[in-house]
Amino acid sequence: MTRDALTGSRIRERRVMAGQKQADLAKRIGISASYLNLIEHNRRRIGGKLLLNIAGALGVEPTALTEGAEAALIATLREAADDARLSGPEVNRADEFAGRFPGWADVLASAQRRIATLERTVETLTDRLAHDPHLAASMHELLTAAAAIRSTASILADTKTLEPEWRDRFHINIDQDSRRLADSAQALVGYLEADPEITPAANSPQEEVEAFLAAHRYRFATLEVTDGDAGAIETLIQTAPDLQSVAARHIARDVLQQIAIDAEALPIAGLTQALDELGPDPVALAALLRQPVARVLRRMATVPELGAGLVVCDRSGTLIFRKSIDGFVVPRFGACCPLWPLFSVLGSPGMVQKQRVTQLGRGYSSFDCYATCEPQNARDYNAMPLLQSVMLILPASPETVAVHDVGATCRVCPRTECPARREPSILNDGV
Amino acid sequence: MGKHVVLVEDETNIAEAIRFLLGREGWRVETLANGATAVDVIRNANPDLVMLDVMLPGKSGFEILKELRADAALADLPILMLTARGQTRDREIALEAGVSRFMTKPFSNADMLAAVRDLTAAGTAEA
Repeated sequence: MTRDALTGSRIRERRVMAGQKQADLAKRIGISASYLNLIEHNRRRIGGKLLLNIAGALGVEPTALTEGAEAALIATLREAADDARLSGPEVNRADEFAGRFPGWADVLASAQRRIATLERTVETLTDRLAHDPHLAASMHELLTAAAAIRSTASILADTKTLEPEWRDRFHINIDQDSRRLADSAQALVGYLEADPEITPAANSPQEEVEAFLAAHRYRFATLEVTDGDAGAIETLIQTAPDLQSVAARHIARDVLQQIAIDAEALPIAGLTQALDELGPDPVALAALLRQPVARVLRRMATVPELGAGLVVCDRSGTLIFRKSIDGFVVPRFGACCPLWPLFSVLGSPGMVQKQRVTQLGRGYSSFDCYATCEPQNARDYNAMPLLQSVMLILPASPETVAVHDVGATCRVCPRTECPARREPSILNDGV
Repeated sequence: MGKHVVLVEDETNIAEAIRFLLGREGWRVETLANGATAVDVIRNANPDLVMLDVMLPGKSGFEILKELRADAALADLPILMLTARGQTRDREIALEAGVSRFMTKPFSNADMLAAVRDLTAAGTAEA
């Protein structure tokens, strides 16, 4: 049954809730009780003036009757049905279910939301190995020691006639590796136990904001319209299940304000048109659109077709925004590689750097990075400007250009002789 | 004449165990502990098989793999990758870059030897 076809059921429900008799309501709106009865049983279609009159008589919005107050609820129920791969005519009966059993529908919908939250938590934790260099290092050390012991031990066990020299040598190796295994296991336990700051960081405010933005695919329809509702940002923040902490809501508010300002100054339609004309060339786009390059970079990150990543840092080099792109690791813990164009432009506000980079250490994928640094609006006279640096990360174009090697963070970077190295790499120098 | 394998592995004890196991099967094992020179060494040695660790000083196994596959002369060279980071992503990256076989540490000696036999038998059949 479609949603529209249930208008009658909703009228009946509202009327009963309001404590009105069918005959009384019929009289007030000037139709017969039997006709209202047919309407209430969804056997007569209803619209136009009659619907407005009924809504007026019941003191509700007409849309509450036509769409149901439970639109969000039904969307969640549909998601649940989708996830459970429910098929057949049942799928289209979410509306009816919500109408008949509102309490049960609420239970199901909140269970569905809870599942989504838990799935995200699991994802974050799974991902931790890729983003937590200390944990990745410990695991690598552990597995390596285990591999050496396993291989050597089975040689000793399986080889019937092993020369004494080899046997002695393997015994020494096993002794060394078992000690190493014990040490690294202990270190791992110590790391997991002793650092309570790290574990909850899987739910740091920054991550809450990232989850919130990702859930919206970095696009907010209510902020993209001109003359947008002034309360749109607050509505988004208050209704976001991802934004649990005060800090996350604070960060999200700043991010959304920037998005709203950018959206107003550079509507997506104009950008898309210019992109069709000029391709993903930020400087040319900025000139054509008469916009600052930083804004063009931020806006390009919201165009899904470009599949771009974006990182923004403040004057201290702290990342204040990140939209990830597959293959370019932005460390979750600890600081980033100082060789990123994002940081090199901090010294030359206004310059736009274009650089093909390859991130060492994992996939060796290449990216075209565009970075620029712009001063924030002056808030006072004679004050040094606050700076913000923006870097757009695009998958590398087919064009052949010189490639610069960068890392993710020193601990997991294999580059040797690096002038920017802050701390030794576990890949070259061990843990 | 014995077959020739280049083993790029910076863990000396693992390298030693592999050297012993393959040596017993008649392989000549050339061990390298650094990734930086691996591509040149392999190109000059023209071995029957390459065994490659992922996390190496100097140059990562992925990078070495890509450079080897970029060389037409080495397109069919059997390459067995051994890594302690058996994440799906790493496996995907390796497969995309043209690895012949991917094994995670810790591995069983029997599986490793079976993989080596498999890879080189296929190479001989094609030749």
